Amino acid sequence: MKAKALLTSVLLATSVLSMPSLASAAEINLYTTREPALIAPLLEAYAKSTGTKVNTVFMKDGLAERVASEGASSPADILMVVDAGNLVDLAEKGVTQQIESSVLNEAIPAQLRDGKGHWFGLSMRGRVLYAAKDIDLASFNYEDLADPKWKGKVCIRAGQHPYNTALIADYIAHYGADETEKWLAGMKENLARKAAGGDRDVAKDILGGICDIGIGNTYYVGLMTSGKGGEEQVKWAEAIKVVLPTFKQGGTQVNVSGAAVAKNSPNKAEAVKFLEYLVSDEAQKIYAEANYEYPVRAGAAVDPIIASFGELKIDTKPLSEIVSHRKQASELVDKVGFDN
Amino acid sequence: MPSSSQVIGRLVAGRTGRSGRGWLLVSLCAGLVVILPIAGLMLEAMKGSAGLWGHLFSTILPVALVDTVILLLGVGLVTATIGTSTAWLVTAYNFPGRRLLEWSLLLPLAVPTYIIAYAYLDILHPIGVVQGSIRWILGYETLRQFRLPDVRSMAGCILLLGFVLYPYVYIPTRAMFLTQSGNLVDAARTLGVSRRAVFWRVALPLARPAVAIGIALALMETLNDVGAAEFLGVRTLTVSIYTTWITRTDLPGASQIALALLMVVLALVGLERFARRQQRYATDARRTRGLAQQEAGPVKGLFFLFAGALPVLIGFIVPAIYLSTEAWKRYQFAGLSPRILDEAVSTILIAALATAATVGFGLVVAYTNRVRPGRLSAMSLRISTMGYAAPGTVVAIGVLIVLAGLDRFIDRTASDWFGVSTGLLFMGSGAALVYALTMRFLAISAGGIEAGLSRIPLSLDHASRTLGQSTQGTFRHVHLPLSKTAIAAAALLVFVDCVKELPATLLLRPLNVETFATHLYGEAARGTYEEASIAALAIVAISILPVILLSRVGRNEPDRSAKTFRQGEIPVHEAL
Amino acid sequence: MQRKTAVRLDKVGRIFGAAAAVKDISLEITGGEILSLVGPSGCGKSTLLRIIAGVETADTGQVFLDERMVDGGEFIEPERRRVGFVFQDYALFPHLSVRDNILFGLKGRPRREAVATVSDVMERIGIRHLASRFPHTLSGGEQQRVALARALAPTPSVVLLDEPFSNLDQGLRERVRAATLSVLRSAGATVIMVTHDPAEALSSGDRVVLMRAGEIVQAGTPREVYSHPANAYAADFFCAFNKIPGAYRDGSFETAIGRFVLPSIAQREGSRMLYVRPQAIRISKDLGEHTAYIEERIFLGASEKVVLKVEGLEDRLTTVVTEPLPADARRVTISIVPELLLTF
Repeated sequence: MKAKALLTSVLLATSVLSMPSLASAAEINLYTTREPALIAPLLEAYAKSTGTKVNTVFMKDGLAERVASEGASSPADILMVVDAGNLVDLAEKGVTQQIESSVLNEAIPAQLRDGKGHWFGLSMRGRVLYAAKDIDLASFNYEDLADPKWKGKVCIRAGQHPYNTALIADYIAHYGADETEKWLAGMKENLARKAAGGDRDVAKDILGGICDIGIGNTYYVGLMTSGKGGEEQVKWAEAIKVVLPTFKQGGTQVNVSGAAVAKNSPNKAEAVKFLEYLVSDEAQKIYAEANYEYPVRAGAAVDPIIASFGELKIDTKPLSEIVSHRKQASELVDKVGFDN
Repeated sequence: MPSSSQVIGRLVAGRTGRSGRGWLLVSLCAGLVVILPIAGLMLEAMKGSAGLWGHLFSTILPVALVDTVILLLGVGLVTATIGTSTAWLVTAYNFPGRRLLEWSLLLPLAVPTYIIAYAYLDILHPIGVVQGSIRWILGYETLRQFRLPDVRSMAGCILLLGFVLYPYVYIPTRAMFLTQSGNLVDAARTLGVSRRAVFWRVALPLARPAVAIGIALALMETLNDVGAAEFLGVRTLTVSIYTTWITRTDLPGASQIALALLMVVLALVGLERFARRQQRYATDARRTRGLAQQEAGPVKGLFFLFAGALPVLIGFIVPAIYLSTEAWKRYQFAGLSPRILDEAVSTILIAALATAATVGFGLVVAYTNRVRPGRLSAMSLRISTMGYAAPGTVVAIGVLIVLAGLDRFIDRTASDWFGVSTGLLFMGSGAALVYALTMRFLAISAGGIEAGLSRIPLSLDHASRTLGQSTQGTFRHVHLPLSKTAIAAAALLVFVDCVKELPATLLLRPLNVETFATHLYGEAARGTYEEASIAALAIVAISILPVILLSRVGRNEPDRSAKTFRQGEIPVHEAL
Repeated sequence: MQRKTAVRLDKVGRIFGAAAAVKDISLEITGGEILSLVGPSGCGKSTLLRIIAGVETADTGQVFLDERMVDGGEFIEPERRRVGFVFQDYALFPHLSVRDNILFGLKGRPRREAVATVSDVMERIGIRHLASRFPHTLSGGEQQRVALARALAPTPSVVLLDEPFSNLDQGLRERVRAATLSVLRSAGATVIMVTHDPAEALSSGDRVVLMRAGEIVQAGTPREVYSHPANAYAADFFCAFNKIPGAYRDGSFETAIGRFVLPSIAQREGSRMLYVRPQAIRISKDLGEHTAYIEERIFLGASEKVVLKVEGLEDRLTTVVTEPLPADARRVTISIVPELLLTF
């Protein structure tokens, strides 16, 4: 009796938090692992131009599990994640649906979207080298990370982080597992500190004298240099220069952020419209500005800070192949004890 | 011989007749609340994960195990040392500032592990304040001439976790010291034991159960932590669970590791219980004289004050000042986000609801164990601790599997039968999140309230019953007034934990709901820590009030019950 | 007047774990009777009391209160049994004043009536001046009286007292006991009092029930159980007997110091031990039959306990004298009053 009353009151009270379960036509629901601050400008612009409200919930781990668990009742229309691997996971878990949209297909290069239309890349970032300003270094190969001349001078975040497993998977795609293991072990020998923290810490640690070079994503440099992160970060960024590294037989490793339409999307038409908006010139520009990423749409403007790194030569290995080596990459990280 | 109908009657009615049957029923429901998500995980784990354990054993497990054990040993040692010594300091001695210290020693509870890690990473960075000052004093020009050891290490992790988790030891130990009979201490002293030696030879051994429980809680928090360990580069088993799940997209495998970890934790808890099974701390309706405080001289007093204040300084004041300045800088730079008000409302509302549910169930579980002692009610009480022992993300996934499934079922049924879609009843309303938090923190409330109830002599129950009150009436008129401070203490602790909780909140909250913790995480996840500083400060700020209240609970208790048995001094976690 | 049965126990049993706390106890208590339930700790007397109150249940047998079954087939919750219970630790509610403690059992009655009842009970028990005090400010004796008042206020059909005086000092205990009994008697209450103190049991009860290991050893009036103990255990429980080994033969008992003619109740074929009450041993300077030496004298105020070494006996004998012995008395003679002898 008591418990029932309690339960009722809890349910009643929680309904305060709940959004209308039957969304009106002008609303779509977005599940995202992209941080709210990154996509907020896009959503605002979209609401302004179309009047459609985008409800969001930001998650990190477990987005796919949540959509899968909610099944047919899921309110999710769009799933937005970072990393090609996560996009492939969504498709493999069967929580996405096939979309035929000429707008999307024309705007996005074929290698940056799913062949069957289950997911679409929306922006790109490169996994690049941050080097101390005073180091004379015009070009760099990923292979050099294992070169003993950098012993005690390399900073990188945890090897198990998806950014790094993708890079390692790319290495496997080029050289196979055995070579990659040697490379990882060599890089491990070169680490100046534990493989931990974030990409910005690499710049900060270079400024702090902990290391000379390190690996980080392109957009962090934009964020730091622009001063959006405060004055301190400008100093971190000033301590480094960016070199776009390449594989000896390839280009710079890139990854994408992207989106998919949920399999049980209640507002599919609206969802597709939103996706199409995301590859429009306007949205691609906002994307590039807000987060200093490379747009996927050919010819869309790149932020000057990012453009200053030089021309991006995307690696030849297709994302789908890289993704297939991810698990192996993760196991190699454990095997060589990269993060220990 | 009893007639067969009588035997059956007994089986149904149990030892105290029919009374308390409703309590038992709800108590079992609470047990179910905790067990269901774990069952969900078991189902997930049974899907199998080919080759996972072989890989784990040959690569990561040996390292992760050793690291986990070192971390646990280290944090256990640090929390035990700080917790017991400060508790003894404020109970055995009197010195200027003691009362202030008594409650401010709780303040680090308000600082989540992930926040302290990030704060010190920045403070102690080569370009941070500390090392900058040292270089300036020593006259070094460049960063490369002088550098302190990196805080990103096992030692750093142990120390930082230790300095925010020691209150878990301090609270029950101090309560135990306060309730210890002064006679025992006096007896020891007449037997030639010095006052200092009394600590080692009498007070500490007597407080052992409280210390053990405190350490157990601190260690469970340690096992739960992912944020700080990730920041500081310590690879624990918990991090392995993550890697298995996220990077290798192997949820069944992650569930298997999580369940194995849970078993180990439960085994340890069981072992601890077994070790003190012989120890009973009698409750007499009449109270004995407490421990007399010794006046410390001015010099010694100053030293005590400084020594006692050190953990507060490291665990709270320094990070709080750091966060305040960062938040201020951020405010100057970017102003206050308009979302901050919504986030405050969500944070408080969710925490309040979850606290209400947690305390409600905890009350039932603990009370059932009293009015209807037996195997079933004891089982509920034990089960209620399991949620606390399981890592938060794992709990969240378990809840997700169960409640989203239920949601789906309800929605489908409603559509089939009435042609109406209910949407996601639990996930969509936040009930799933409240559920997860309840499951997670039930141990705290049930344990604390049970400890409070155990201080009430059973004869009071019997007196009330023979004077015409039913079980419910006895609860309302006797137990509730006499254990309200224990309940309040449990509620405050749960509230603070809910505010700090991250993984379940992140995964299970409804659309458009953001709390301070998720906001903080959202910024931290993309490396924009500076933008998280306001949210981090808000978490600490929201938690301070309950923490201060917690320290005051029972202090202003009217003298009447204080003398009979000191309710306010109950070890919050005694019953775990 | 024919009084009706207030409490009836029919083969009541209770098992804790593997051990039986109460075994097949059958007992009837008449209305208005004061019954002392006595025995060493752990004999099951408190358990029995709690079974009657309903805070414990019987595993076997049946319990009737005023001929209404309360346990055994149907279980009546304690709050519906109309029993008053005075606990060993008094169990006063620490958060309630004395008045509110006494009011506690009067819920459901009209407020004015309840208040009147409370002041009446407080008046009778003489605790009016304590009305607004809180339990912890009261002395032990005061707490005991409040507990009694609280139990009596709802006019229960049976009052159960669990070691009600054991927490009091010796002198206070006597006075509180006398006052309590007089209140209970004047209220005409049916009372079951549990105690481990033989003297208290004998002095308080209309009837005494001696228990051991969950079973009734003997029941009867105080005089019966004292004068005619059913067995050695009962004898030892109520009196610190001197024991002299020997053998029974034809109405007499042969011992190392001679042959004693037994009263008829003590004639027991095959008994091996002569039971001599301390007061059955009379000391005189030289009029007695046996020579004895005083080994130890314990002054008790009104009386004196004397330990004697009797010639021909290995064990010491103890006696109690009320007339003072000369301070230098060493060698005395004793005689044993045959009417008070028992054998087992």
